[in-house]
Amino acid sequence: MTRPLVSSPFVTPGNPLNRLMIQVIVAALPGTAAHAWFFGPGVIVNIVLAILFALAFEGGILKLRAKPVLPQLTDFSAVVTAWLFALCLPAHSPWWLVVVGIGFAMVAGKHLYGGLGFNPFNPAMVGYVVLLISFPREMTSWYLPAAAGGETLSLADSIAYSFGGVDSSQWDALSSATPLDQIKTGVGQNIPIDEIRRSPLFGEFGGKGWEWIAFWWFAGGIYLLATRTIRWQIPVSLLTAVLAMSMLFYLLDPEIHASPLFHLLSGAVVIGAFFIATDPVSAATTDLGRIYYGLMIGALIYVIRAWGGYPDGVAFAVLLANMCVPLIDYYTQPRTYGEK
Amino acid sequence: MDKLFSFHGGLKLDGHKAESLAGGLRVASLPEQLILPLRQHIGEFNKSLVEVGNRVRKGDAIAANPSLICASVHAPTSGIVSAIGDYPIAHPSGQKDTCIVIDVDGEDEAAEADTIYPAGLPLDELIMHICRSGIVGLGGAAYPTSSKLSRGKWQGVDTLILNGVECEPYITCDDMLMRNNAAEIIRGCGYLQQILAPRSTLIAIEDNKPEAIAAMREALTTSTLDNTEVVPIPTLYPSGGEKQLIQILTGKEVPYGQLAFDIGVLCHNVGTCAAITHALETDQALISRLVTCTGDNIQHPGNWEVLLGTPVSHLVNEAGGYKDSEQVHLVMGGPMMGFALSGDDVPIVKASNCILAMREPVIPRRPGYHDECIRCGKCTEVCPVQLLPQQLYWHARAGAWERTREFHLFECIECGCCSTVCPSRIPLVQYYRTAKSEIRAAHKAQFKSDRARARFESREKRLILKKQQDEERRRQKREALKKKHAKPGDARALPDPVQAALERVRKRKKALREEQS
Repeated sequence: MTRPLVSSPFVTPGNPLNRLMIQVIVAALPGTAAHAWFFGPGVIVNIVLAILFALAFEGGILKLRAKPVLPQLTDFSAVVTAWLFALCLPAHSPWWLVVVGIGFAMVAGKHLYGGLGFNPFNPAMVGYVVLLISFPREMTSWYLPAAAGGETLSLADSIAYSFGGVDSSQWDALSSATPLDQIKTGVGQNIPIDEIRRSPLFGEFGGKGWEWIAFWWFAGGIYLLATRTIRWQIPVSLLTAVLAMSMLFYLLDPEIHASPLFHLLSGAVVIGAFFIATDPVSAATTDLGRIYYGLMIGALIYVIRAWGGYPDGVAFAVLLANMCVPLIDYYTQPRTYGEK
Repeated sequence: MDKLFSFHGGLKLDGHKAESLAGGLRVASLPEQLILPLRQHIGEFNKSLVEVGNRVRKGDAIAANPSLICASVHAPTSGIVSAIGDYPIAHPSGQKDTCIVIDVDGEDEAAEADTIYPAGLPLDELIMHICRSGIVGLGGAAYPTSSKLSRGKWQGVDTLILNGVECEPYITCDDMLMRNNAAEIIRGCGYLQQILAPRSTLIAIEDNKPEAIAAMREALTTSTLDNTEVVPIPTLYPSGGEKQLIQILTGKEVPYGQLAFDIGVLCHNVGTCAAITHALETDQALISRLVTCTGDNIQHPGNWEVLLGTPVSHLVNEAGGYKDSEQVHLVMGGPMMGFALSGDDVPIVKASNCILAMREPVIPRRPGYHDECIRCGKCTEVCPVQLLPQQLYWHARAGAWERTREFHLFECIECGCCSTVCPSRIPLVQYYRTAKSEIRAAHKAQFKSDRARARFESREKRLILKKQQDEERRRQKREALKKKHAKPGDARALPDPVQAALERVRKRKKALREEQS
């Protein structure tokens, strides 16, 4: 009776990796549903396409790297990346846009660095930023949300649009700027915020539809906190930084600075705070470091929105903060037992 | 006790204590053979005092070393020494070590016991007697108790802590001991107080053992000990770890690179106290201990008083055998910090508090494969030392030993909390153990090469010095000679004896030639 020696502990371990990923997906359901409600089933088409291609890319590259394929595909990290990436795209995007973005995310953003656990940058944001810079026209043609008087396409039309099977010019008239775009261009033309906000795009606090999407992402975020899938430090510090920055400038001059609530409920701040910045691989890992990391992203989001070249800045803010992570982690080590 | 403190992290674990507690406490039968490793403690090696063929009686010392950082080994029963050689022992590496094998004769004849009057003995003599009785810490570390006591006495102890926490799942031998032998523990505590004269004594027991707490409190009230208190502490793994327990009870931390002595604290396991009582009152050496035999693959889990040297297989038979003998995964110690046994032929030693037989190892699920670290930080949340296990893993895996030391690798107590919560199922502790042993090996090699270099350099120096000295001596000799010859006056005034002799020979030859011609 001789058995191979393994090392302690010998107890039933906690939740496995894929359980964590499934919890993220569950938490993403209400936000995704709201997104699809306001922007149409194209959102779902994007997500499904992105997941399929993400798995294909990951499987292929694992094969090339001679790594076990099935265990890594079933950790569902690629599914989560694809899901979050697809939500960044306009609801109606051509299929190749999805492929290029998720392909870059999985291959260059994740596996060229060594795969899960070794990527310094958030892969979903890498894919998104590549598209944003390379295909600005396709990436900014958002449709008017249903709540703001827009129409959404049917599922069949969405699929047809995605694969270019129909003449899309009839729908191009439907595209419009996002509320954050409007604010940016309006302020640039010295139009007071009050006036800009009279546009039908705007709701009570943020953009019409957008504010509800943010609410449901917030609900999902609370679920993630309650199940201890994520810790509170990053979302709380990120949202605090966005609120504090926008409050400061709003109080200085409300004519040219949107209100803190508008900033909070527009664009990708909430999903960013709970779902994107909390990607553990590319985020800071110490408790204190996570607070600095969240504050940095929050501040950068506001800076990019207010003074940068893009209407929203979550992706850039996250990638910039990713770069600082090794430094943050090194200088925020906790005091260990017995240390003076 | 007014206030308890807490330590960082920790885990609430399934206790699994009811199974073995239900089995009660029994005395294991005599096995046919006892295998006694010469060294069952941390410290110096013992030398065998017996030879093959010798008959030994219960309590006879069979291996010893005069050092204090050492614990003798005694014959647990009477029999014949049938072999002395290398046998598999309970060790994480599965290695063999020198053991004395005794064929048990079944008579259980005891050596004569001396009558001891512990109250009247000088303290040093008490410590020496504890040393001679082979007593080591029975909590699992097996550090010689006498060594701890003499250092504690020398440095002074403010707080004496008796550790009855038993925070590891499955293990119940200390619980059983406290329920059944509370009076012995308290008397042992009295001897410790006599030696160490602490200001206060705290007996810590996790609050999941109400019977043990009640028994110990009762024994304490009937004793005459002052400033001694039973302190129930919250059930949280690893509160039985020495450093964590000190933090819970006193709020103090043992500073880096120091020991509990240095902050005036000394911890002893409750089992050790009972062993001290036996040694001092009845002159009984450490020849048996309580062992929990449990796990989901044991027919009738329970606690047994087992003679040291008993093969694990014998204890398992006492417990009714395995449920499934095809799928046996044996662990010595608890599931969190114990180590896997290569087989059940190894003997029970002083450090064996538990034999755990399970159907399958739980971590890793897929041998040789684990998911990658996603830096989720769950390990940081539970680490009782507040390390950053994910960063340590990163550097340990990369072989960046210097970095692992910067992240305080050597403060890791290997409690296993991080491995337990890791969603990627990474055997983190195993990585740290490997890193530690690599660093230690590198240190040893460095030390050796440093010493070799130092030796070489000093030899070179010595040779050069010797050369110089030789030269100097020769020079001095030459000079001395010169002086000696020069002293009587001018060197040329003296005829050279060789030349003179030659001159004489020449003259004689000349004379001879003249005579002949």
